[in-house]
Amino acid sequence: MTSPLEQKKIRITGPSVVTANRTWDGAVVYRTAKQGWSTELADSAIVSTSDDARALLAEATADDVGAVGPYIAPVELKDGGKVKPGNLREHIRAKGVTIDLQVPA
Amino acid sequence: MYAYDELDRTLINERVSEFRDQVKRRLSGELTEDEFKILRLQNGVYLQLHAYMFRVAIPYGTLSSKQLRRLAHVARRYDRGYGHFTTRQNIQFNWIKLAELPDALADLAEVGIHAMQTSGNNMRNVTSDQWAGVAPGEIEDPRIWSEIIRQHTTLHPEFSFLPRKFKIAITAAEHDRAAIKIHDIGLRLHKNADGETGFEVLVGGGLGRTPFIAKTIKPFVSGRDILSYIEAILRVYNQYGRRDNIYKARIKILVHELGIEKFAKEVDEEWKAMGDVGLTLDHTAIEEVRSRFSYPAYEKLPHMPDELKQAAHDKLFERWRKNSVSAHKVQGYSIVTLSLKPVGGPPGDASAEQMDAVADLADKYSFGEIRVGHEQNLALPHVAKRDLPVLFKALDRLGLATPNVNLVTDIIACPGLDYCSLANARSIPIAQELTRRFANHDTADLIGRLHINISGCINACGHHHVGHIGILGVEKNGEEFYQITIGGRADENAQLGTLIGPAVPYAEVADVIEDIVEAYLALRDRPEELFVDTVKRLGVEPIRERVYATR
Ligand code: HEM
Ligand code: SF4
Repeated sequence: MTSPLEQKKIRITGPSVVTANRTWDGAVVYRTAKQGWSTELADSAIVSTSDDARALLAEATADDVGAVGPYIAPVELKDGGKVKPGNLREHIRAKGVTIDLQVPA
Repeated sequence: MYAYDELDRTLINERVSEFRDQVKRRLSGELTEDEFKILRLQNGVYLQLHAYMFRVAIPYGTLSSKQLRRLAHVARRYDRGYGHFTTRQNIQFNWIKLAELPDALADLAEVGIHAMQTSGNNMRNVTSDQWAGVAPGEIEDPRIWSEIIRQHTTLHPEFSFLPRKFKIAITAAEHDRAAIKIHDIGLRLHKNADGETGFEVLVGGGLGRTPFIAKTIKPFVSGRDILSYIEAILRVYNQYGRRDNIYKARIKILVHELGIEKFAKEVDEEWKAMGDVGLTLDHTAIEEVRSRFSYPAYEKLPHMPDELKQAAHDKLFERWRKNSVSAHKVQGYSIVTLSLKPVGGPPGDASAEQMDAVADLADKYSFGEIRVGHEQNLALPHVAKRDLPVLFKALDRLGLATPNVNLVTDIIACPGLDYCSLANARSIPIAQELTRRFANHDTADLIGRLHINISGCINACGHHHVGHIGILGVEKNGEEFYQITIGGRADENAQLGTLIGPAVPYAEVADVIEDIVEAYLALRDRPEELFVDTVKRLGVEPIRERVYATR
C-alpha cells in the first residue's frame, strides 16, 4: 500500500471516493454528494472519471475546517450497489485494526 | 527519580495553554491544517489512519508511579483504554480526539509529563539505558548527562530548527542497552587513564531508508566539555546539513559523504575555533543536576533470602526469575523486567488497568519507580529479592510475567498498517502470529537470545535493520510482502542485517521465520552459540540454502 498522501497527478482507473480524517476527532470520513462528510462509506459520493474525481477532491479540500488531508481512494461496487473499500489500507480505515485488541486486564 | 524545577514546570504549563489556544483556533477555522500541522507536531500530535496519535515523552525511561497512573488515566479518559510503549522511551495513544488533546496535555503536565521533543525537526528526547543508576558496574548514572543535555537543548531555540530531527542516546554500562550506535549521536560514558569521567562520542548512526551504524569521532571528551563538543558537531552539521533534500539531511548522510576522518577533523577545528562559548560545565552545575536525582534508601539485605530459597522449588517462578530478573548494583535487590509481549498480544501495548496495577506494585516493591526500555518492555528497578515470589504471582495475574525477555517472542514491532498512514504492510499481526508459533517457553529457552524486529515500511520505526532477524513490510502490486534480513544487532557490536532472499507474502512470513530458526538450531555448534553468532561464523548462505531449498 503505497501511502496515497502524496497524490500528485489524478488518474483513476475505477470507482473512487474522497476520504479524509475529521478535524475535531480524527475519525475516518468520506465526502458525500451533499458537500458534507460522513463516517459511513455507504454515504460517499462515488466518481468514475478522473475529471469528476479532481472536482470532488477540489471541493473537499476547500473544506479545511471539516476534515484533514483529503485524497482519492478506490472502492469496489458490489451487486446491489454495496460499496466496499478498494484495498487493504482503506479496508483497515473503514473497519478498524485487523488485530484482536484484547490486552489482558 | 528526578525532581523538575520551577522553570521546567512553568515551561510545560505555558506550552499547554499555548496549545489549547492553537487547537481552538484550528477548530474554528482560524488556522488552516497547513499552519496548524507544525504546531501539533511540536506537541507530539500526528495524524494516523483512524485518528490523531499522541506521543508523550518518558525522559530517559524513568517514570514515577504517580506519572504512570496519570498515563493510565489518559488512556482511559481520552483514549480506548490502552497505550503503546515505543522504542524511544515514549508512549503513544492511538485514538485521541484533537478537541480533547489540550485537556490530556494539561492532566499530564500536572505530573511533569509533556510531549515536547517527541516529533518535528528538533532535538528529540535524549534516551538512555533503562537500567541507569541500578545496573552493576555502571560508571555513573547516565541520566544525569541525559538531563544536562535535555535542559540545554530544550531551552536553546537553535535546537528546535535543525535540518532534520536529531536523536541522542547515552549509556554508561559495558553492555549497551540504549542502542547508541543507531542514533545521530551516541555517548558512552567511561573513565580515561587518569580516572577522569568522560564520553566516547559516536556520530552518524540511524536506520530508515539509508541505515548506518555510528562511528567513533572522539574516544574521550571530558564531561565538562560535552555540551561544547556537541555544539561543535551541530555547527558542522548545520553548515553542511542539506536541508534541500529530506532524505539526505540526516547527519548520518553527511558523515558518510565527508568520511568519518574529515568529519571528525572539522568538528575538532570548529571546537577549537569556538573558544569558550560559555558551555563548559563546572562542578557545581553538574552536581546541581545530580542532586535532583534521588535514590531509594536501600536496606541492608542478604544476598539469598529465605523467601527466594523456598520459591526455588516452584518451576514457573524459577523460569521467570532466570529470564526476567537481573542483577542490581545493591546486594539483596534485583531489577525486574515486565514483559509487554504476551503470547498473541500486540508488542508494547499496556492497558490502563495494567498501568494502574504496575504503579501499585511499584509503590509496594520498587520505591514507586518504573522504567521503560527501548525493547518496549517495562521494568521495576529496585525490587528486594525477598519480594520476588509475591511480585511474580501479582505480575502473572496481570499477564506481565511472560518469561520471554530477550527471547524469540520478545518482538519489537512498529504499529504498521493497522495504525500508521505511512505503512506498506502490517507489523502487529505478524508479531502476534510469531508469538503463537513460538508459544512454548521451553522451546524459546532452547533457542536462546534472539531478537526479531518488524517495521511496516522503510522508516524503520521497528528497528528491523538491527534485529537478529529483521522483517520489513513492502508492497508488491497492492499486496503485503516482507523482506527478511538476518545477522543484525543493536548492541555494542551493532551491525546491519543481510537480506536472506526474495520478499515473501504475508501468509508465509511465520513459516520462513520458523525455517530460519530451525536452520540455526541445526547449524549452531553448541547450545550456547547465539543466533547472531552462528550467522556471523557461517555467513548467510548456509541458512539461506536450508530455508529457500524447498521454496
Ligand atoms: C504510528 C505513528 C508513527 C509514525 C507516523 C512514524 C513516523 C516515522 C518516520 C516518518 C520516521 C522516519 C524519519 C526519518 O526519515 O528520519 C520514523 C523514524 C523512527 N520511528 Fe517512527 N513513526 C511512528 C511510530 C513509531 C513507533 C510506535 C516507534 C517505536 C516503536 C517509532 C520509532 C521510530 C524510530 C526509532 C525511528 C528512527 C529510525 C532511524 O533511526 O532512522 N515510531 N518514524
Ligand atoms: S516503520 Fe513505517 S509503518 Fe512502521 S510506524 Fe514507522 S512509519 Fe509507520
